[in-house]
Amino acid sequence: MTSTIGSATATKGAAPGPGAAARRRRRGRRFLTPPWWFAAPALAVYALVVLYPALAGMVYAFTDWNGLGERNFVGLDNFSRLFGDESARGSLLNTLLLTVAIVLVQNGIGLLLALGVHTRIKSRSVLRVVFFAPAVVSPVMVAFLWKYIYNPAPDAGLNGILGAVGLGGLRQDWLGDPGLALWSVAGMVIWQFAGYSMVIFLAGLEGVPAELHEAAMIDGAGRWQRFRHVTWPLLAPAVTINLMLSTIGGLKLFDQVYAATNGGPGYASETLSTVLYKQAFVFGNFGYSTAIALVLALFVAAVSMVQVYYLRGREVSG
Amino acid sequence: MSPRYGLRTFGLELVMIAAAVAFLFPVYALITMSLKDPRQIAESPLGLPTSPKTDNYANAWTRAEIGPALMNSTVITVVSLIGLIAIGSLAAYYLSRQATRLGYGMYMLFLLGIVLPFQLGMIPLFKLVDAAGLLGGYPGIILFYTGVQLPFTIFLYTGFVRALPADYANAALIDGAGHFRAFTQVVFPLLRPITGTVLILNAVFIWNDLLTPLLYLAGSTRETVPVRIFAFVGQYVSDNGLVFAGLVLASLPILAVFLVLQKYVIKGFASGLKG
Repeated sequence: MTSTIGSATATKGAAPGPGAAARRRRRGRRFLTPPWWFAAPALAVYALVVLYPALAGMVYAFTDWNGLGERNFVGLDNFSRLFGDESARGSLLNTLLLTVAIVLVQNGIGLLLALGVHTRIKSRSVLRVVFFAPAVVSPVMVAFLWKYIYNPAPDAGLNGILGAVGLGGLRQDWLGDPGLALWSVAGMVIWQFAGYSMVIFLAGLEGVPAELHEAAMIDGAGRWQRFRHVTWPLLAPAVTINLMLSTIGGLKLFDQVYAATNGGPGYASETLSTVLYKQAFVFGNFGYSTAIALVLALFVAAVSMVQVYYLRGREVSG
Repeated sequence: MSPRYGLRTFGLELVMIAAAVAFLFPVYALITMSLKDPRQIAESPLGLPTSPKTDNYANAWTRAEIGPALMNSTVITVVSLIGLIAIGSLAAYYLSRQATRLGYGMYMLFLLGIVLPFQLGMIPLFKLVDAAGLLGGYPGIILFYTGVQLPFTIFLYTGFVRALPADYANAALIDGAGHFRAFTQVVFPLLRPITGTVLILNAVFIWNDLLTPLLYLAGSTRETVPVRIFAFVGQYVSDNGLVFAGLVLASLPILAVFLVLQKYVIKGFASGLKG
């Protein structure tokens, strides 16, 4: 429905009238432009809740504030502390590893699911709802549920299933093993949001004209060739949005780690978000905490800028 | 898409259903566990409950104090949504009809909010809310959600309005209506599909959020469902049946809303893609 409205206006807008009429219309449009104060309430709330605190945070990052006493400027001390502290450096690495795992696997599974349900199979509408449903449930609830799935007991949860299907040798202490905890958290996040990626890919697939596929088929292109040369290029906007959303989501991930492992065992699954939360609200190091937040913000900004620049370049207009 | 339902499609159907079954295992564990007592859980952690116990649900309901928490979550979510939709749609309408550099700059400023991690402003904002005496009550957290979700809301609305012909509003203006009246009576009703999407996506985020209500509301009488469940799970960590019944109760409202509005969700992403 939305797509028909979109294409109808696009055609209308693409055919401008002769010079005089266009000028008249332009003057008319200026007259009919809504007044600036339409944006004022949103701008006020946004400035108060997002812009001002973010700017203040950037200032705090260069101070030694503990929330009560006075704020002294300490230059780059917080940042050298972050890169000097082994556990903080570990959290930086963990955040990056977690993000890469989530981005690759979640979108890979999401794409396969989307291709699967974008076919004639009879269960397609039910399956769409089933795969997307976990994404609407609170990440905290999902984390508690998966804490049980990752139960170290040999006959419960995932271990129980592995035993029942004869793969007992693969049983693990999923969240208790320092080498495994981070990947277990990634698995849980991927389970929850693979359906989210699927829905965005589906929206992209629905925008691929069927005639292009038919034409390619007549030209003798096989399944893989049609995917590679017709579907994939036209899927680029969906790929861009999915990569951006999952990257930003992965870098900022908090609730799931906090509820499932609280950064443990030891510092094995600590991420920038959990470290900055603990530094602020457990240890009262507000200055240090906002410095970590600033590093996180720079990461997110840099990655999304690279992605927009790089991915927009390979998008073709449908 | 293959032309008709052949053997290949049938094979794919089986594969996809198998994937769905594997995918649903955690849900199976959740529901069966919520119907067992500790002894049944110890005897058969994965089996179906032999004599389903429903009193886990009654106990979770009272002990986790889910009733009042549901009320709090509902008030906070609904009022934030009204605020978001009212000021977000109005601003997006202005931004998408404004071809000047100022309008574009303002739009980019709002989009910056999607990328900026809220953690950067978390402490200054917490201090601000505290100084204004708004900790532990509705207004502070409602203001927070309205501000934090505005960028995403404006992004969705702007994409949609850009594809909407200006003629409807212009006709109303020529007929003598003011800009505000033209918006509320002519334009806003036309935005219904995207309003549905904005509604459900923001509702999911606000309803499910843990960190903000933990900071702003913990220990008050205004605690939301995730905060109550978080405390409840910590308290009854040894009684899995009870905890899982609590998790089911806490997730049902948002799942019900999703099932009713799921068409909007899936369609809404398509219009977001165009924006």
